[in-house]
Amino acid sequence: MKKIKCECGHVNPEGTVLCEACGKPIEGNQHIDGNKKDSLLNMRYEGSARRSQTYNRNIVDKVWNFFSSVKVGVWLIIITLVASSLGTIFPQEMYIPPGSDPATFYEDQYGLAGKIYYQLGFHNLYSTVWFMLMIALIGVSLVICSIDRVVPLHRALKKQKPKRHHTFLKRQRVFGETNGQADVEAFKTKLRKQRYKVWDEDGHILAEKGRFSRWGPYVNHIGLIIFLLGALLRFLPSMYIDDFVWVREGETAVVPSTDGQYYVKNEDFILENYDPDKDERFQEALMNQNAPVASNYQTNAVIYERTNNDVVGAEPELEEIQKKEIVVNKPAKFDGFALYQSSYQLDEFSAMSFTLHETDDESAVLGEFTVDLTDPEMEYELDSGARVVIDEYFPEYYMDENQPRSKSKFPKNPAFVFYVYPPDGGDPEVSFAGIGMNIDPTNENQYKLSLAGYDTRDVTGLAVKKDYTLPFMAVGGLIFMIGVVQGMYWNHRRIWLQPREDGVWIAGHTNKNWYGLKKDIEKSIDQTGIDIPEDQQQLKG
Amino acid sequence: MGNLVSISSNLLYASFFFYMIATFFFGGTIRDKKNSGRGKASTIGISLTIAGFITQLGYFFTRWAASKHAPVSNLFEFTTFFGMMLVMAFIIIYFIYRLDVIGLFALPVALLIIAYASMFPREISPLVPSLKSHWLYIHVTTAAIGEAILAISFVAGLIFLIRQIDQTKKSKHTFWLEFVIYSIFSTLGFIIVTTTFGAMDYQAQFQAPIEGQITAVEYHLPAIAGPNAGELQTAGAMQPLFDAPEWMRGESAARKFNTLIWSLLSGLVLYGAARLILRKRVAAVIQPKLKKFNPDLIDEVSYRAVSIGFPIFTLGALIFAMIWAQEAWNRFWGWDPKEVWALITWLFYAFFLHLRLSRGWHGTKSAWLAVGGFAIIMFNLIAVNLIIAGLHSYA
Repeated sequence: MKKIKCECGHVNPEGTVLCEACGKPIEGNQHIDGNKKDSLLNMRYEGSARRSQTYNRNIVDKVWNFFSSVKVGVWLIIITLVASSLGTIFPQEMYIPPGSDPATFYEDQYGLAGKIYYQLGFHNLYSTVWFMLMIALIGVSLVICSIDRVVPLHRALKKQKPKRHHTFLKRQRVFGETNGQADVEAFKTKLRKQRYKVWDEDGHILAEKGRFSRWGPYVNHIGLIIFLLGALLRFLPSMYIDDFVWVREGETAVVPSTDGQYYVKNEDFILENYDPDKDERFQEALMNQNAPVASNYQTNAVIYERTNNDVVGAEPELEEIQKKEIVVNKPAKFDGFALYQSSYQLDEFSAMSFTLHETDDESAVLGEFTVDLTDPEMEYELDSGARVVIDEYFPEYYMDENQPRSKSKFPKNPAFVFYVYPPDGGDPEVSFAGIGMNIDPTNENQYKLSLAGYDTRDVTGLAVKKDYTLPFMAVGGLIFMIGVVQGMYWNHRRIWLQPREDGVWIAGHTNKNWYGLKKDIEKSIDQTGIDIPEDQQQLKG
Repeated sequence: MGNLVSISSNLLYASFFFYMIATFFFGGTIRDKKNSGRGKASTIGISLTIAGFITQLGYFFTRWAASKHAPVSNLFEFTTFFGMMLVMAFIIIYFIYRLDVIGLFALPVALLIIAYASMFPREISPLVPSLKSHWLYIHVTTAAIGEAILAISFVAGLIFLIRQIDQTKKSKHTFWLEFVIYSIFSTLGFIIVTTTFGAMDYQAQFQAPIEGQITAVEYHLPAIAGPNAGELQTAGAMQPLFDAPEWMRGESAARKFNTLIWSLLSGLVLYGAARLILRKRVAAVIQPKLKKFNPDLIDEVSYRAVSIGFPIFTLGALIFAMIWAQEAWNRFWGWDPKEVWALITWLFYAFFLHLRLSRGWHGTKSAWLAVGGFAIIMFNLIAVNLIIAGLHSYA
């Protein structure tokens, strides 16, 4: 490595633009920061030697230089920004009506544009490989960009001396020459009063405050990196679980993804709506809405832990660990898991009762039976000696091209094909019965099954979550916030004073908020005999 | 109870007038020789602004008392709150920089936003279960404060552009600057048209097929674009000039499309009238009145507003939003359009800051970025609620 020795005696690393100690522009390196002769100095990174600006020999240098470029970073941001907006043109797959097939949904709903959208994979844009790659590239760029700058910047700020080369002062944006006597001691006192740290080296003065704000960008980048790493951890099942369970009222179900260790019982599901008569304040709004507005979704749940987990095949022995009213915004939490109120199904059929009677005479009853719809028995002996056998059961019945079928295994619209064996033991009759229908396929049945009654119950849908990545996200977010506030709400200001033969020179630099710096200078030179320095970069209006 | 609600809306009206009168006083400061005002007009202007702000706080808290939840839960309430925070952001910036001209531009923007908000249903609406969380207030208010401060950066950027752009010849700059002014006129047009037909109680019923079912669609503005394949039911109402395109399927998509056409047309009329009277570009007329302001300082205000607003926006619109989403929907991020647009806003301002800090984009470039950022915020406030969601008929 080629070190550069400055005339002030300080040895700078290769690639330095401004001497770290005295700020003298180093000949031959001025092009790096675009400094022209006699123009203002580019102070962005204190003229320190950044790796990306110094080496460009091998492939490592080239990759490093690519990712450390702000231009590349900015382009990555823009591409991600535009890509994200594309994903909002039509709804993402997770927001299309449940059960619809994305292959046809987009085309049906949005025509050709929808078809193209689907074929390009934009219906799942945010989980496509290329979108994640963009995020990953931003992450890499964040790391390399930060390291490239923070190390030399830190060095330069540590090595800086109050005694500066005169060209350094002259080529600062805020600069002024004063001829005549100046009260330097008063100047220093006034600076200290404004909470500047003041150093004096043979009459050369450096006053500085808010240096830590220079680290803000790097701190917030660290936060972002932690955040992105947290997001990456979600791909590990041990860190992140996202599951779902339906539980009927009165039932106890195993909580999925817990290896059968936890069970949840739904004691009651409650749906409440706003009542315009009771809630006077919302009356007007509720009247303008045609549909009722829900005010509460709630599951009264009991959480159990299985105590005989080690006995394979045994009936589970459950021990109650928690009773909880799960409502939206208030999940039940246990052992890193959380159960969220997330969906529901009202009035699912739980049992249906039928009466068997003679087709022509409803009062000639042969008996009654009840079918448990979740776990139906296949055969029913009636008092009269008649027998009813379930041939087929359709929990959610519909007609598919003249064939009865079931849409799901949930008893939302139950229907049955029954064989009815008469009491005297003759051949069975076929009967098809469901909600609001009773079909006799032969039209010769002697006996008829009538619906005598039914029971319903609600089903609650609980999301099962375990998320150990949240702490990473939280810490990342917090560090990011600290970093932005540190970088944005404080400014790094420096004021230099240099004794000259016929007076003093002063110069000032800040990373932002020049208005504030000028006000600080005005206050500190008040009645010291020092003239107000000039802003050498005023926009001409 | 009903009493509290009417007190609340009267306070809102009162604050509206305070801001309006304050604007005139800030207008008066333009003629002052000094450019940063401690003049009389300036003092009266800021006092009226503060009075208006306090009155509007009165609106906010009385409405809160009446509805028993913070009034930030529907479009009217949120937008009004955003207008209020814009005024607060202006007051803060005023006491840092003492620039009257910011008030002259920020207050009309706030007035437009509040008036725009009032075009939406104003009754107190109930909260659906997922909104019942303290995080709602925390998230929504912080996000609004952040956006309002960012809006000040737009105001300063706009002043900078009007002040600095060369009006002697036609350029991309003059075109887009006029376009921004036209957009402001369109917002005004929307407010005028909606208020006028609202006062006339205009109604036109249509029967149109929506998702395969004949549905009644109600218009409150004369239909320039009717619902696709719709039939006018109301006697005496204007026949639509054409039907909305077939792909606008939501129940209210065609109506919103019609409103958009009305806004753009009325904006065109207003803007055209302004051009006819002034016989110059609108910005060219304002420019000479801004010559005494230091462009450097305006540029700095614009940047300062971003540097103050960006962290607050991040906190409110992303971090608090994630915490709430985690509580309510058990996922802190769901790529829902509103979320995505908040992220886009954030990325845009990150982009702004990188260009400014690392690549030295100052002055005109930076001012255009400030205008662009505000356009994205408005897009998220208006279009994502009304158009994107509307096309999917969620809204």
